Parts: sequence; structure tokens; C-alpha cells
Amino acid sequence: MKNNMVEPIPVDDDIIIIDHVYKSFGKTKALVDVSLRVKKAEVCFIFGPSGGGKSTLLRCINHLEAPDSGRIIVDGIPLTHAKTNIDLVRAEVGIVFQLFNLFPHLTVLGNVTLAQEKVRKRSKEEAEQLAMELLERVGIPEKANAYPGQLSGGQKQRVAIARSLAMNPKIMLFDEPTSALDAEMIKEVLDVMLDLAKEGMTMLVVSHEMGFAKAASDRMVFLAEGKIIEEGSSKELFANPKQERTQAFIDQILY
Amino acid sequence: MAITSDIEKPSPKLIPWTEKLAQVPWWALIILLLGVLIVYFIFTSPTYEDAFFFLIAGVRLTIQVSLISFGTALVVGLIVGLGRVSKNVVFYNLSSLYVEVVRGIPILVMLIYFAFVLTPLALQLLHWLSTAMLQNLAIGPVVGLAESMANLNIRDVPMVVRAIVGLAFCYGAFEAEVFRAGIEAIERGQMEAARSLGMSYFQAMRYVILPQAIRTVLPPLGNDFIAILKDSSLISVLAVRELTHLGKLNRARTFRTFETWNTVAFLYLILTLSLSILVKFIERRMTYEK
Ligand SMILES: Nc1ncnc2c1ncn2[C@@H]1O[C@H](COP(=O)(O)OP(=O)(O)OP(=O)(O)O)[C@@H](O)[C@H]1O
Ligand SMILES: [Mg+2]
Repeated sequence: MKNNMVEPIPVDDDIIIIDHVYKSFGKTKALVDVSLRVKKAEVCFIFGPSGGGKSTLLRCINHLEAPDSGRIIVDGIPLTHAKTNIDLVRAEVGIVFQLFNLFPHLTVLGNVTLAQEKVRKRSKEEAEQLAMELLERVGIPEKANAYPGQLSGGQKQRVAIARSLAMNPKIMLFDEPTSALDAEMIKEVLDVMLDLAKEGMTMLVVSHEMGFAKAASDRMVFLAEGKIIEEGSSKELFANPKQERTQAFIDQILY
Repeated sequence: MAITSDIEKPSPKLIPWTEKLAQVPWWALIILLLGVLIVYFIFTSPTYEDAFFFLIAGVRLTIQVSLISFGTALVVGLIVGLGRVSKNVVFYNLSSLYVEVVRGIPILVMLIYFAFVLTPLALQLLHWLSTAMLQNLAIGPVVGLAESMANLNIRDVPMVVRAIVGLAFCYGAFEAEVFRAGIEAIERGQMEAARSLGMSYFQAMRYVILPQAIRTVLPPLGNDFIAILKDSSLISVLAVRELTHLGKLNRARTFRTFETWNTVAFLYLILTLSLSILVKFIERRMTYEK
């Protein structure tokens, strides 16, 4: 984020700082006074009931939604600052959507190279080389020339992950990446995410996959009605949550 | 057993002949027959032959005018269409103003207005500018430019140019709505995915949204090209020597009303039918690719 007009704020190890953020849609309060700090290489698992504001929180972090008040600082860059070039911040923050949002008019390779060429200004060869490496990594190099319409849901989601990784992001956001998938495809996507976590990627994962939370998350955040009800390590939250609501929600999902 | 299976699967031969007759595209055959008839007349009757060769120059101008105005309308339409989906208040409102004004005025009135109101007005403005320039800024190259502006006469602006500008202005608004609808048909997630990869709004439009929108937009654009070809007959009121105007002239020249307008109508029909076949072909290829 060298080219940004804004002088980075020194933030120690906190790569994401969410500071008293409020966001409403009309009368719906999606986020109410949410504060959260995420360290470099931390995997933060966010869960909670439908409508609790999980998607809104993620979308605020790459400024697909603008908060009504409060501050969000990503890698030292305050998003709401008028001089911030939001495109530069977004290139550093990958997001994977529940419904993939692949570009249907481009091949898998085209999906993974487009932003590399247009945003990172890489040459076609360079972009394709990295794209093939990433497709290898998510396990579908043979689909490079297929169109998204010809892929299964699990394959689509892995392409979407590769597309984000191609930008060499510092942070990856996942918004229910496995919720639209059949059971047998969930694992192939979760495996890719586990690898990423092991390699030290900073990740914010919204999901109901408690297995993933147990295996990979450094911290779990329970979000309901736009508020952070409770946060803690997965051990703490699974063993003895402080709030009854958290307990009830986890029980309901596990059994 | 044999009998029941026969009843379940009737062979194609068993379709009654009346039903088969109903499936024949009679309308196309009738058009074909009329076409053959007119071609026959053109080759055998001197009146038709004379009309045909007099009118054929008009066909060329009709095609030229349609192509140029439609090409311009596409450019205008794309820009204004982007304005109609833009969040920029000024861009959005200017685009909407243009579209709503054009939609509310008949094309014929618009053409006359461009030719006889706006063109003289533009010329007056030019003359006024040239005097202003000569008075305030009388240096070398400016003087030359100002003098040539002052010498520009209303008759120097050919009617065909005014006609093309008028047609392009009207159809620019129609195409803008086609583009707007095409862009709005693309799911919101596409723009979000592109933006979240760091692309600017215009990069996302250029590389993600528009290439997808073009598929939905092509058939209506094709239909509008057929429409502009037909509407180009309206510029005959400006005495532009396109097909319809030459029809009027041929009638006046020969007093052969029947033969003249038969040939004119036939020539338009040839043009529009071949275009609509082309549009259908493109439409089919588009759906196959998806
Ligand atoms: N663009 C929008 N317009 C209006 N209301 C919205 C919009 N986006 C979110 N909301 C509302 O904000 C609240 C929080 O939504 P959000 O999508 O963040 O919840 P969520 O926790 O992601 O839920 P889910 O598990 O169903 O995805 C909901 O009540 C939702 O209806
Ligand atoms: Mg959600």
C-alpha cells in the first residue's frame, strides 16, 4: 500500500482495527458499536445467528459497505479517510463469497489473471504462471481452460480462493464459503483454507463449520444482533462459554 | 401388447396432414412469392425497371444514413447508459434528462427541430462567437478561424448531416435504455467481486460487467437497427434523397403511383428481412454459447 496518499498509522501487530463501528440499513441495526482487533497471521472465526451482522462486518473491512460511524483501519490505512485510495486497500484484502461470484464470461485462468493484469499490472505470462501455481495449490490445474459454468460448487469456490490469492493479499475474508456446497465438497474447500491458515495468512472466517474453528482458529467471535456477545479461543468457547446465548448457539449447531 | 405400444408411440407418419399444413410458415412463403413477383416485374416491365434503377441510389443513402446514425447512437447510448446507472448525481441527472426528453417527443418533430431550429441557432452562436473573437483576440490564427466561422452559411450545413445528427440523438436515448437494462441485469455480486479485487469502477465495468451485458444487449440492439432503418424514411421531410424521398420524386416524375410505392415497399422489406434473419442468427449463437 505504498502509493496511498494517507500516512499509515503505526498499529503494532494489529493488521485490522475495528473501532466502535455502527452500521444500519434503514431501521435495521446491522452493527452496533463493534470493536475488534485482528493480529497478523491470526485466524479469527466469526459465527452467530442469521442476520447477526457477520456479512456486514466483513463487507465493511473491504469497504463494500461504509460504516455509519466508527473507524476501520486496515494495515495502518484508515478506510474512511477521504484521501484513502480504496482500490489499493482492496487489492490487499481478498474476499471469498458464499455464492463464489466468479466471472462467467472468462475461463478459470481468465478469472485468476484478470485482476493481476489490470490491478497489479503484471504481464500476461507472469499472471498465468502464478495462476497455474495457485490452481495447482487448490487442486484443479486441469480446469484452467474450463468456464465457471462447467465446474462443481466446490471447484468454483476453490477457483474463487485462487483468484483472491493471486493478488498476494495480506488478509483473506471468507463469508460462509461452504454454505452453498454439498457435504462432499465442503471438505475440499476447508482443506484449502486449513493450508492457508497454516501458512500464516491473516484470516477472518464467517462460517458454521465448528470443526474448522477447532482445528484452525486462534479466536472465535460470537456475533448476534449486530453486537459482539463474546470472544475467546476455541477451547474456551467450546468448553465453558461465559454467555448463555453462546452456549445455546454452539449446542444448537453441534447437535 | 403390440397394439398398445403402437398407440403409445405413434410414428411420425401418423401426424394428420392438416396439422403439418399448420406448421408451414405460410407468411414467409407469401412474402417470397410477392418478392418473386416484383423481381419478375422489374425484369419484364419497363415502368418497374425504370423505378427500380431510379430508387436504387436511395437505397444506398438509406443504408449509409442508418449505419452512421446508429453507430453514433451506440456510442452516445453507451455513455448515457453508464450515466443512468451511475451514482454520480450530475452524470445521472443529465443522462436521465436527455433520455426522458427524447422519449417524450416524436422522432419526426425532433428531426424538424434539429434541422430548422437547432442548426440555425448553432450557427448564430458561431457567428456571435466569431465577432467576439475578432473584437477581443485579434491575433493571427484566431482571425483566420473567426473569419471562416463568420463565413459559414446555413446552407453549408447539408440536410443529410442534420438528419443524421437528429436520428443519432433520438436513437442514442433508446440505446441508452437498452444498455442500462443490460447492465442492471448483471448480478450485484459481479461488481462486488471485481471491486474487491482492487479494480476501479471503470475497470470493473469494462472487463467484467459490459462483456456480460453485451450478450443480453445484442438482440435488442439488432432490432433497433432495423427500427432506425425504417425510421430513416422520416428524413424524407428534410428532402434528403434517401429511398422514400426518391419514391416521392419518382412518383412526381412518372405519375406511376402504384409501381413506385410497390418497389419502395419491396426494397425496404428486403433490407429489414435480411437484417432480422441476421439478428435471429446472432441471437441463436449467443444462447448456444451460454
Ligand atoms: N444491503 C442491505 N440492505 C438492507 N438491509 C441489509 C442489507 N444488508 C444487510 N442487511 C440487514 O442487516 C442485518 C445484518 O445482515 P448480515 O447480512 O450482515 O447478517 P449475517 O449475519 O451475514 O446473516 P446470514 O447468516 O443470514 O448471512 C440483517 O437484518 C439484514 O437484513
Ligand atoms: Mg451473511
